[in-house]
This record gives sequence, C-alpha cells and structure tokens, in this order.
Amino acid sequence: MLDNLTQRLARAMKTIRGEARLTEANIADALREVRMALLEADVALPVVREFIAQVKEKALGEEVVGSLTPGQALVGVVQRELTALMGGAAAGLELAVAPPAVILMAGLQGSGKTTTTGKLAKHLKGELRKKPLVVSCDVYRPAAIEQLKTVAAQAGVDFFPSTAGEKPVDIARRALEHARTHYHDVLLVDTAGRLGIDEPMMKEIAELEAALAPAETLFVVDAMQGQDAVNVAKAFGAALPLTGVILTKLDGDARGGAALSVRHVTGKPIKFAGVGEKLDGLEAFHPERMAARILGMGDILSLVEEARKGVDEAEAKRLAEKVRKGKGFDLEDFKGQIQQMKKMGGFASLVDKLPAQFAQAAAQSPQALDDRALARVEGIINSMTRAERARPELIKASRKRRIATGAGVPVQEVNRLLNQFAEMQKMMKQMQKGGLQKMMRAMKHLLPGGPR
Amino acid sequence: MFSFRKKSVDPAQEASWFARLRQGLRKTGSQLAAVFGDVRVDEALFEELETALIASDAGLDATRHLLERLRARVVRDRLETAQEVKAALADELARLLAPLEREFDPTVRKPFVVMVAGVNGAGKTTSIGKLAQWLQGHGLSVLLAAGDTFRAAAREQLAAWGARSRIDVVAQSGGDPAAVIYDAIAAARARGTDVVIADTAGRLPTQLHLMEELKKIRRVIAKADPTAPHAVLLVLDANTGQNALAQVKAFDEALGLTGLVLTKLDGTAKGGVIAAIAQTRPVPLAFIGVGEGIDDLQPFAAREFAAALLD
Repeated sequence: MLDNLTQRLARAMKTIRGEARLTEANIADALREVRMALLEADVALPVVREFIAQVKEKALGEEVVGSLTPGQALVGVVQRELTALMGGAAAGLELAVAPPAVILMAGLQGSGKTTTTGKLAKHLKGELRKKPLVVSCDVYRPAAIEQLKTVAAQAGVDFFPSTAGEKPVDIARRALEHARTHYHDVLLVDTAGRLGIDEPMMKEIAELEAALAPAETLFVVDAMQGQDAVNVAKAFGAALPLTGVILTKLDGDARGGAALSVRHVTGKPIKFAGVGEKLDGLEAFHPERMAARILGMGDILSLVEEARKGVDEAEAKRLAEKVRKGKGFDLEDFKGQIQQMKKMGGFASLVDKLPAQFAQAAAQSPQALDDRALARVEGIINSMTRAERARPELIKASRKRRIATGAGVPVQEVNRLLNQFAEMQKMMKQMQKGGLQKMMRAMKHLLPGGPR
Repeated sequence: MFSFRKKSVDPAQEASWFARLRQGLRKTGSQLAAVFGDVRVDEALFEELETALIASDAGLDATRHLLERLRARVVRDRLETAQEVKAALADELARLLAPLEREFDPTVRKPFVVMVAGVNGAGKTTSIGKLAQWLQGHGLSVLLAAGDTFRAAAREQLAAWGARSRIDVVAQSGGDPAAVIYDAIAAARARGTDVVIADTAGRLPTQLHLMEELKKIRRVIAKADPTAPHAVLLVLDANTGQNALAQVKAFDEALGLTGLVLTKLDGTAKGGVIAAIAQTRPVPLAFIGVGEGIDDLQPFAAREFAAALLD
C-alpha cells in the first residue's frame, strides 16, 4: 500500500531528469508526493504543511550532485531537513541536580508509561550506576500499582508501595521523602494515563509536577499514534514543562510520523525509543533512522549518502562529459567506475539500496550482479597496458593471450569484455546524460554472463 | 430471540449514549462544523473538507474516495449551500461505514466464546471489563479467562474488573494462555455460563512468534469446543493512525476476525481510521468505547457515528 517515496519521486521527476538544479517548477509534483508520504506516515497535517514549505525553501537552487537525479537530490534535502527537525545527536537524561533527581512520566492511556518506567529504572541502575526508586501514582486503573511493583522486581530496583485509596500528590511527597532519607539518586514517578482534554486530570498532574519539581518531565508517546498527536502534545506541553519525549512501540511496523508531530509541537528532544516488552528494550533515539522510516524509503538514503561520499565530484563531471559526448570513455574510466562501485559497498549492496523497480530488473540477471565477476573484470583491465586501456582496438590475438594469462582467465572472457565494452560505448553515444540508473543498465550488459 | 440493539436498549439510554458519543466527538465535529458556515460551495470548501477528513485519520484513500463521491453528488443533486454539502458528506460517510454495522448476538451458542486480541495498550482488558458489564446488563452470565499471562499484573487487572461487576475470572499463576482459556471454557460448560470472554496478551503484528502463539490459542479453543471461538474481536485504539489498517490485516489473517472494538473515542482522537478500514478491509465494528465508565461501551451504528462526527 505504501509506495516507496523514492519510487514515487522517480515517477514525479521522470520528465526532468538531467536538470542541474532544483527549481520551483520541477519540484512541485515531487513535493506533493512528499506531502502524501508524510501524511501516510501519520505526520499531522499542520506539521506537514510547515515542513513542506521549509523543504521547498531549502531545496530551491540546490545543485544536483554527481550521479544523482533531481528526485534523489530532493530526497536528500527532505531527509536532511527531517533529521534536523527531529534533533541532532541523541540527548541523554539531565540528572545533574541535588539527589534525588525526580523523573515524572506523563502520557495517554496505553502509551506505555509503566513499561517505560521499568526500562528507564533498569537503564539508570545498569548503565548509569544509579540507585533508582520507582513509585506509581496511578490510583485509577485497576492493578496499575501491582504492575509497576512486578516490573520493578524484574528490573531489580526498589519500589515504593502506594495504594489506590491515596491522593497522587500525597503518594509522590511520601516517595520523595523516602528517596531522600534512603539515599536514592533518582525517583521515577509513574502516573495514570490521561486525556489532554480531561481538565481535572491535567490539573492533577500539574500539581504533581509542582510538588516534585522534577529534573525530567518525560512525555511518553506511542509510535502508532495518528493525527491527534498534535492536539495531545499541545495539551501536555501546555500543562507541564516537558523536558523530553520517549517514543514507544517502535518495534512495530508503524511509520511513526507522530514522532515528528510531537517533536514539532513540544520542541523537546526525543530522548529514547522503546522497543519490545522486555526491560532492556530502551534505545537511544536516532533522528536520521527515524527520518528514513517516516519517509518509508529503506536505504536509498544511504545510497544518496554513499554517492555523495564516494563520488569525486570533479571526476564525476569529467566522466559525465565524456559519456555525454559518447567518445573518449575508455577502459580506464570503466575501471574507475568499478572502483567507485566498490567504494559504495560493492554491486550487491548497491542493488539492495536501489528502489524496488531497479532492484527487480537487476535481480533478473543474478550472475551479472556478482561482485566476483566485477573483480574479474577489474583484473582483466589491470592486465592491460595504459595504451590498451585507452584504445581497446589495439588488442589483437597475442595481446589477448597475454592479458588472459595475466588475469588468470580464459581468452574468451577477455573477448567477452571487449565485445561488451564496444557495445557499451555504442550505447553511451545514444545516451544524452549519464544518470546512475542508465549507468547501471549499461553495466549489466557489460558484465560477463550478463544478457547480451 | 431478542435483538440487542433494537429492543433491549431503552430510548433514554440510547439518547444518552448518542449524546456521549457526540460529546466525545465534539472536537472533530467542531472542526468540521467550522468548515460549514454560510460558505458557498467552492474549491476552498472541498479543500477544507479534505483537511478535516485527513486530520481525523481517515487516510488519503478514503478521503479521496469520499470527496470524489461528494463532488459527483454536488453536481448531480445541484447542492448549493454548505449545509446541503454537509448533509451529503455525512450520508456518504455513513454509506461507507454501513457495511461495518453488524449485530453482535452472543445468544446463538452456549457458552458463546469470545476471543479478544490487540496490540499493547489498545485497551483490551478495560474493554473486556466493559463488555462483560454490557452482557450482564442484557441478562447474560459471563466468565472471564485471564489469557494475558505475560504482562505484569494483567491478571490482577482483569480480576479487579471482574470483582467490580461480580464476574468470575479463571486464572492461573503464570502458565500457558491457551490452557487457561481451555479451562475457562470447560468451567463455563459445567456451570452453564452464557458467555466466555478470553483476554490475550497485547502484541505487535511484527512479533511473528507471538502471532503464532495467538493462532495456537485459537486452535486450542476449537479443541474445547469445535464451533468456538464464536467471536474474535480486535481492540483498536482510536488514537492509532494508519497503522490500524496493518493491525486489522495482520490479526485478520492470523485469526479470522469477526469484529472490531474501537476504544478511547472520548479523547480528541477522531477514529476516522475506521473510514480507511471500511475502504480497504471491511471488518465489522462491533463496539465503540466512548468513555471511561464501565457502561461506556456501545454497539456501533454507522449513521449515528457519521452524524456525530460531522455534528
């Protein structure tokens, strides 16, 4: 159901491949696709609107680097902006206050507060070598206190008992006192799930916050949440001075657009990601991975990154020029291409990163995409002299024998390479521009064992 | 045979739940209602409508579908005022949702075995408590099976619900969920109980081994009674975005769902994702949860739901 964004951009940008810059006209359709992708990922509409405007501004005038198409270049801009919006490096907990540092948990019903409290307690005890105390102020949901008690025992941390008959603020005060007198470094306060529009309940948690003066007030959000995430985040942000967000249930297959909505509305960093029900399922939050997930685009981003890193821009330009003219592209250049491919993690990994339709096409000739075959081709070229690489027509029977011996392959393979190279040169003359995909297709024919 | 929706619910109660649903959905409504002032029917109106539908989690496909139908209707019926367009949209929405309306009749078998599944935190246990109360209100005896043997204190939570409405709960400490439910069915048969509701642990569809466990539970239920389970309900959180579709699909493929329960409609979440479900995977919506009280679980009625959403 969810089309890969890159595929959709490829469709939208079909008409404009080869343009050197992103312009208002050539990205209009593509931005519409980005908008749809974000909405399908449950990013809230007002956030989508603002984000698109921002991307448009940043993208205009962006140069289309090296072997990228404008579509890929735009994806790069979108991803960079999305990552930036979700915060740079992962932010840890700020607990540098006189102990006990209080962490207050807040969120909707069923967002995962209690499980996350257990995970945080375990993290504090294990990685940070703290002595945490946990307490539940959920006097509403049946067995909520019992649940935290069990979770605390599993995490191996101290639990402060409370009962459903008490007032949450009283429980919190007593727990704080207990933590102080028993030298706990951190007090984790779990609270009842509540709706943002439930005024008495929002007032209650505001009172808890006032009484505890927490070092961290964390908003727990379900990664599966939909458009309403903005309203909920607004309500919690208005009632509480939030310091951070924890995104839960990230091990599901939701695209997690709520992360962006909540980050945008609260302006607070996403500090952790919850995965799974086991208590060690708490991870640092990675904005760039989340950006890719929201866009639903697999690893095309790393391809864009690799292309940026791997391509010597001047070299790429020189090559593109040669290809465009359809002459002067020799075996030396071809070897350069193979090496570049290797820098990107080899043929197989490159194919993995391609949008589905290209990967499919590539998969139809599996032998052609063998990295070993690629290495053999490189070996054959390495056995040639410079003059031979520049002018393959020099290579006659005795040179072929020498090259074959040098590369340790039968003469037929040298023949095949030469034939395919000639074919490739012909093809390049027909090609106006040298986009990555066209290069790929050309490569396919060139390799030993590939369809001819 | 009595009909649950039509006869046994008295008009006063019906009015009150409608009011409650309406209240719960007021936020959506006001957003949509703001759209229908005395505006003329123009492109801006359609754009605003699109915005409102998307903001309710209806999803792009269902939104597009509804707006296409609405446009055709505006032309065909020569609708001129925003009010008329509003009524037409409510009607189209109700039409889309109508196939999800299916009567939940637990009197066809005895014991009638209901299996309840869902992702973590969707509100399974709470919904079971409310469903048990609802069934009791219709004069049926209920037995609960604490099949969530995984989550901390899930059993205690169900037991608390049971105590609240004086309903027996079959539970074991730890152990196999399938075995607990098997025992509960045997106990229900022995006692002549009308309905057994089996709770299961929350799980995400990506946890394949847990989905397999769920299939196993279903098989074991069929061993206790070859005609069971008579209902397999998936509990969905109205806060959930487009992932609700993936949930319906995955649980339906694993279990063969007979119905959905949409919870937490008393918040600002709109539950518009039901439109997307109606569009792509129409599994009947058995109940909606419109509040935190024990009798805030109500049968779903498409026209009322659509009207309340657009009110």
